[in-house]
Amino acid sequence: MEDASVVAVAGNPACGDMITLYLKINEQTVVEKATFESYGCAANIATASIVTEMIKGLTLENAWKDLTWKKVTEEVGGLPSVKFHCGILAVGAVKRAIRKYHEEKGTTPDWLPKDLTFEEKQAIEEEELAKTLSKRLKAEEKQS
Amino acid sequence: MFVLVENVRELLKAHEGIIHEVYLDNENSTIVPQEVVDAMLPYYGRKAYGNPTLTHKPGWEAFETVMESQQKLSKFLGAKILEELTFTPSETEANNLAIIGAAFANKAKGKKIVISEIEPINVLQVAEMMQKYGFTTAKVPVNAEGTIDLEKLKEAVDKETVLVSIQVVNNEIGTIQPIKEAVSIVKENNPSAVFHTDASDAYGRIPLNVQNLNVDMATVSSFKIQGPRGIGALYIREGVNVEKILEGQIGTQKLWPGIENTPLIVGFTKASELAFTDFDQNVNRMRSLRDKLVDGIFKELTDVKLNGARGEKRSPDNANISFLRAEGEALTIELSLSGIYVSSGSACSRRLLQPSHVLVAIGRRFSEAHGSILMKTTRYMTEEDIAYVLEILPNAVNRIRGIVGGTGVD
Repeated sequence: MEDASVVAVAGNPACGDMITLYLKINEQTVVEKATFESYGCAANIATASIVTEMIKGLTLENAWKDLTWKKVTEEVGGLPSVKFHCGILAVGAVKRAIRKYHEEKGTTPDWLPKDLTFEEKQAIEEEELAKTLSKRLKAEEKQS
Repeated sequence: MFVLVENVRELLKAHEGIIHEVYLDNENSTIVPQEVVDAMLPYYGRKAYGNPTLTHKPGWEAFETVMESQQKLSKFLGAKILEELTFTPSETEANNLAIIGAAFANKAKGKKIVISEIEPINVLQVAEMMQKYGFTTAKVPVNAEGTIDLEKLKEAVDKETVLVSIQVVNNEIGTIQPIKEAVSIVKENNPSAVFHTDASDAYGRIPLNVQNLNVDMATVSSFKIQGPRGIGALYIREGVNVEKILEGQIGTQKLWPGIENTPLIVGFTKASELAFTDFDQNVNRMRSLRDKLVDGIFKELTDVKLNGARGEKRSPDNANISFLRAEGEALTIELSLSGIYVSSGSACSRRLLQPSHVLVAIGRRFSEAHGSILMKTTRYMTEEDIAYVLEILPNAVNRIRGIVGGTGVD
């Protein structure tokens, strides 16, 4: 999206699970447009797609409050447990985008918690896991 | 993996109206041809239905059938006597028997197990599991083509080495290993080390003879040559000590308890006969179709990479291609909706969410491993099948690439 107000990335290519989220936000802080790119499996594509549908037309406050990974999982018609992290990552990307938008604007709304939410923490955890995996593989390469 | 059957039914419904189906996932299962099914069917009915160790007519009929099959398969492999062959329920069980059985039986000679970095999971994990019993595991690296480093093998095999296991043909990337040279190196360093090879991906596709290779044990699998699933065999050279790993009633198979599965043994034998009758013609067909598939994909798409060796060092059926800027599991589903069935080395398609260890070992980047698709041709496939794949696959890749955009590209 060329006129995106904010762009957020979540996930890591090492896990084969990464999304880029583009949001266009108007002056009333309503999400006017939401698009995504997904480097991941079908569940990753589906959950990224559904979150963009779910937040379109919502204010950032409502998007923040309404969106949970469980709702996203329900919306896509259920996911096998091994794919739960895809929905968590999609929500993590939305929350990251909202936080980033307010940071860039220098605004601090009351409803925006200082502490990271579950989905944001999980996104970081997945990214860290991928980094550890990369490091371990590189270390193994050096050893042999 | 927990998947709801309701969701799977919905997915299946989305496949209605498919006009052409091409099954290329012969790594993970296969279509059993009608001639093999026909050979097995009588044995599910009233033919040789007895237990081959019992003293009555149906038992003796079953005994005769199992022994004849064992004789034929022994010949195909180059075994000297039929007792050198043990039927097991599949490649997995044969590899478990080879590694656990030989390691325990020979543990007085040493406790080091040497394998390559790219062994199949049913060798890799078994070798690692043996660490619980005081064994150590050393993994020999491979080069970018997937060929084992013979110098490193030489360094790894010492007086403590009880067992070495290296595949003839890698099941994911089709690279043919210099097994004969590997056996010489191992035996020179330690004549008492037992050499096992998983030959499942070589059997019926490249000339294979256990005497020529000089291996002590070799695994073969039925479905990998378009036989039924659920049956495999382990060749164990006469005089090599292997312990059984399961307890139970012993029948004709001294190392594998339980009642012999006569229909599957017959199917495995029939599939082997079909593979070895007109062997050259069968292999040429697989190779020609595989080459057309690979060449066609390279002609239609940019940013594609062939994984594994080229030319004579590659198995004739194997095509493993990385589609950059595409994620493999998404691609398998996209292709399935058009009737083309393949598998991927992507992390998403695996339970542990880690990319194929084989692709990582040959130095592929994560994005390359995630975008990898494995396809294997068979002697039953046609030119039309390949033409159909080449009609569908480039569009499917482009569609997935459209969704990926610039995300995850390293």
